[in-house]
Amino acid sequence: MAEEKDGCVKPAAGPIASPGTDELTITKPEVVKVQARVGREAPDFEANAYVIGEGFKQVKLSSYKGKWIVLCFYPGDFTFV
Amino acid sequence: MHKEFEDLDVTVLSMSTDSHFVHKIWQEEELSKMVDGGVPFPMLSDGGGKIGDLYGVYEEMAGVDIRGRFIIDPDFVIRAMEVLTPEVGRNPKELLRQIKAFQHVVATGEVTPSGWEPGDVTLTPGPALVGKVWEQWKP
Repeated sequence: MAEEKDGCVKPAAGPIASPGTDELTITKPEVVKVQARVGREAPDFEANAYVIGEGFKQVKLSSYKGKWIVLCFYPGDFTFV
Repeated sequence: MHKEFEDLDVTVLSMSTDSHFVHKIWQEEELSKMVDGGVPFPMLSDGGGKIGDLYGVYEEMAGVDIRGRFIIDPDFVIRAMEVLTPEVGRNPKELLRQIKAFQHVVATGEVTPSGWEPGDVTLTPGPALVGKVWEQWKP
């Protein structure tokens, strides 16, 4: 297996404001609104990630545009289900 | 199981509020012992739950993202979502069934009735079908 890289020096951007969205409403947690709806565009974001065989990198959801994507949230590493 | 997602040309991404550092150790210490070679998809970190908030899955009291899964099509549109409280795990077979159904719908313009599996009868919506579904499909 190739040596894994450390690419995590710069923190990932987190939620990415869609055009026309007031940037401030995204960064203030008290006004963050759920944006995910079926039939609507997926809210974009950038996140720090670990990829086996590659190491640490930043992953932007929209970089997978053009492919089918399954995004799975789960409560925590080292848990049971 | 991941091979089946690859065969459907689906990118899988997982995300929790754990850091990417914890993801690495979890891979090494546990997941690689459950799955040969470890889980092959990118493991994303949502420290602080900001991304979970956008997707409606961040549980503030516990500080974690609950079990939510989203199918996103190549036009970047969310096609399906399923959110569970933490105690019950997902059913990857049902996830694969839904992906196959959505891919079929996008490719053909047909629609898939309840419980559809590849090879089952599909319906073509239109004025001629109104009141006539029973002729083509029975539960």
